[in-house]
Amino acid sequence: MDFLNTHLLSLILFLPTIAALIMLFLPGGETKLLRWFAFASSLIPFVLTLVLWSNFDPNKTGFQFQESYVWYEILNSSLHLGVDGISITMVLLTTLLTPLAILASFSITDRVKPYMMLFLFLETGMLGVFTSLDLLIFFVFWEIGLVPMYFLINQWGSANRDYASLKFMIYTMGGSLGLLLAVQMLGVLFGTYDLVTLYERWNALDPGDILLGMSVHTVKTIAFWAFVIAFSIKVPIWPFHTWLPDAHTEAPTAGSMILAGVLLKLGAYGFIRLVLPLYPLEAKIFAGALAFLAVAAIVFGAFAAYGQTDFKRLVAYSSVNHMGFVVLGIAAAGLAAGTPDAHIAMNGAVLQMFNHGLSAAGMFFLVGVIYERTHTRNLEDFGGLFPLVPVYGGILVFTSMASLGLPGLNGFVSEFMVVRGAFPVLTIYTVISMLGLLFTGAYILKGIQKVLHGPMNEHWAHGEHKLTEINTREICVMVPLMALILVIGIWPAWILEVINKTVTALF
Amino acid sequence: MQYEVIMNFPILSIITFLPFVAGAIILMMPPERKNETRAIALAAASIALLLSGWVYLQYLLGGMTGYQFTEQYSWLPQLGITLHFGVDGMSAPLVLLTGIVMFTGVLISWGDDDKHVKAGIQDRPREFFAFLFLLAGGVFGVFVSLDLFMLFFFYEIAVFPMYLLIAIWGWVKTREYAAMKLTLYLFIGSVVSLVGVLAMYWAQYQNTGMLSFDMLQMENAGFSATFQYIWFLPVFFGFAVLGGIWPFHNWSPDGHVAAPTAVSMFHAGVLMKLGAFAALRVGIMLLPEGAKQWSWLIMAFAGIAVVYGAYIAFVQTDMKYMIGFSSVSHMGLVMLGISTLNQTGLTGAGVQMFSHGVMTALFFAITGMIYDRAHTRMIPELGGIAKVMPFATIGFIIGGLVSMGMPGFSGFVAEFPIFMGVWREQWLVAVIASISIIITAAYIMMNIRKVFFSTMPEQLEGHVGDVTVLDKVAITTLCFFMIVIGLFPAVMVPMVERGVENILRLLGGA
Repeated sequence: MDFLNTHLLSLILFLPTIAALIMLFLPGGETKLLRWFAFASSLIPFVLTLVLWSNFDPNKTGFQFQESYVWYEILNSSLHLGVDGISITMVLLTTLLTPLAILASFSITDRVKPYMMLFLFLETGMLGVFTSLDLLIFFVFWEIGLVPMYFLINQWGSANRDYASLKFMIYTMGGSLGLLLAVQMLGVLFGTYDLVTLYERWNALDPGDILLGMSVHTVKTIAFWAFVIAFSIKVPIWPFHTWLPDAHTEAPTAGSMILAGVLLKLGAYGFIRLVLPLYPLEAKIFAGALAFLAVAAIVFGAFAAYGQTDFKRLVAYSSVNHMGFVVLGIAAAGLAAGTPDAHIAMNGAVLQMFNHGLSAAGMFFLVGVIYERTHTRNLEDFGGLFPLVPVYGGILVFTSMASLGLPGLNGFVSEFMVVRGAFPVLTIYTVISMLGLLFTGAYILKGIQKVLHGPMNEHWAHGEHKLTEINTREICVMVPLMALILVIGIWPAWILEVINKTVTALF
Repeated sequence: MQYEVIMNFPILSIITFLPFVAGAIILMMPPERKNETRAIALAAASIALLLSGWVYLQYLLGGMTGYQFTEQYSWLPQLGITLHFGVDGMSAPLVLLTGIVMFTGVLISWGDDDKHVKAGIQDRPREFFAFLFLLAGGVFGVFVSLDLFMLFFFYEIAVFPMYLLIAIWGWVKTREYAAMKLTLYLFIGSVVSLVGVLAMYWAQYQNTGMLSFDMLQMENAGFSATFQYIWFLPVFFGFAVLGGIWPFHNWSPDGHVAAPTAVSMFHAGVLMKLGAFAALRVGIMLLPEGAKQWSWLIMAFAGIAVVYGAYIAFVQTDMKYMIGFSSVSHMGLVMLGISTLNQTGLTGAGVQMFSHGVMTALFFAITGMIYDRAHTRMIPELGGIAKVMPFATIGFIIGGLVSMGMPGFSGFVAEFPIFMGVWREQWLVAVIASISIIITAAYIMMNIRKVFFSTMPEQLEGHVGDVTVLDKVAITTLCFFMIVIGLFPAVMVPMVERGVENILRLLGGA
């Protein structure tokens, strides 16, 4: 028990990898065994996360469950793990969505073993970003997560997967290049990668100092943008978002769930964990620029989603739209640092990350459900399906409403908090973002209407094309998501309490 | 007590001379007994790998510093030449690397000789292995020599068999041209550095009155700053030609392409390190003042090599040319690390030599396996290899990730400190050189996608089969080292660091 308590984070982090390595020795033909093994082994980190959550003390400031192992001695880098209220929320999201995504992939029949192994590797990569307190280790996991995702899209994706996966890879690696250089520079300047130390020493630099032949201010500004661009591509913020619709559309269903549910959060998490604490001054100076890009993402994302005829692309652009609110909250928190407005906006941003993870994963899954049955994603091919698949229709409406921001469901809570926090400091931008919110309603309703309502497309009603109802396994994927969506919508306090204490102490 | 016995055991001479002896034995085999010949070669290579691994582990776990396992025998006392062997933290990984490449090179040359596939070396394996072992012995000799004359002696021994190996067993289309080009380039390089070495020999005589080629004594020869300034360039660049430094690199891709698979593995995996290693040991360590004066030039050349090599690799359509130019790019990183003359950069360079050696050996091995079965290496003509050669595909992907500098693999562990070292000296070079990471990622990914995952062209359908068990052993061995070092840098980095301390001492703590 003692071992469990002191190594909880490393267990959560590395169990998926260990499970993947065990899978290597399971027979490749035993599809059923492989599926259930992957599912069961991804449940263990989830259970451990629940233990983590219940042992987490929200009233303590700083990082909890810290562990540290020397990794690269000469560079002074350690595998330093720890969670606070922000990262533990993300850990919960990751360990919750991974088993669901694996359950959603039970319909995969082609090369199940490597598929499941990649998923488990991916989980370790994502969790590593959320739990590491060492800049180099953060970067290591940041990059590692790319590889399994690339192959998931490239091998199990749909028609245009080659283009989409390469674009995803090159975009993200190109973005990380600046991050890599900035990380190296920090390492050279301070001789350590430990985040807690870096926070102090980087901010304690005398603005009059000369670094690398430039003033501290210039160096910090360049490094700030290097970080911002890397994370913006991942979030993604307009105009760096163009990889996302392709990657989402071509990825297999479970891949899209994780991509939208967790991978996009890595970028936003980078803003919160690294950009704001390391560059409070620059974040204040450039908050307007960041807010501008966020609002552009909200508005253009909504317009673009409305213009789509492909159901999956519609949902993909809705991610751009929703993640824009996260960044708007972050920009407001950077501008108003230290005030209650900042705390509200940041709370909203973190909660929005969690909420979008739930609803986007749900939406992508539902698109996948109907795609598996009809082999089309074209909205014009559907129509009036509600009577054929009433249960599926109900679930789709429910999840769409969460995405739309209906009061009583989770999206409303977090978006309202972001808007409330940002309004006093970024008034104009917030007002414009409302326009985007209006169109959020429009594209969501368009999606529902084209699929479920209107004249029934008789093609799906009879014969071999007859649409079948959502099955039990698929309902099992949706139930936890829908339950959380509802619970956070009517009683957000349990999760906000954990987030809020950390946010108040940090920003 | 027991420790002393181990230390007195002449393990380095055994490692060095074992390939020569094995080569001689192989030559005595009757030519038609091919499998027996191969078995002897494999046995000798396995012993060499085990011994070099043992040396490595002793050095690492024993916490050794400085030169260890030293042996000294008089060879030509009138001229001050001794057979002086020893390894430090810089050379021990390279000795292990040679062992690995020798072992895997023999494995993949065994090949497969049924009616469909003619893989590996089927034509005169006896002579092939004999020359290959001559080459391997020369390489071991360079890495362990502490005597400048002996270093040269083994250096030439290593270069010469390349000519025959390429000209006889190489790719029919370019082998004569490539063999000639390679040999001439390398001989010119070594002649230039030989002149420099002789100048050092006489300068030492004038300064101290001693006639000696011993490098440990030359460290204290008290060369004047002007002398070092003048002679550093020929000595360093003469050797660096073999390291593939831009603009003297263009023998290297031609040589890679023309060489048979195992020779390409040796060539890119080990031989190029020979150049970098000799340039470091003779150029930087014996002429430290000159190195400080000229480091900017090395850095400029290496920086160009890194980006230019990656770009040229990107536009290749022949897989072997692609890997050949990627070697230029990666060896540029080694030179970049060396040019920083600081602790992180040099350590990174040391690890990169090992990492690149293993990675590129793996690349060439797999490319060879594909070529033997598909009879083409042109990227546009290949496709769908993953379906028929799944094991080799995973190997190639792992090698690709190392090449891209993906964290978790040895490439990252090596490249990150190199870049940090460059940041300390000239940050602009680090920024420019980092562009190569993206270019490398692009061509590696596009290559993997086209060659391994696209649909197989019709003319290949049905002809291409899976690799042999021995091939799989070779791939596994190579991947093992890349992953272990990537996950646990502590298995190599502290050792290289101890070797670097010695270099820094000579550089006067610079």
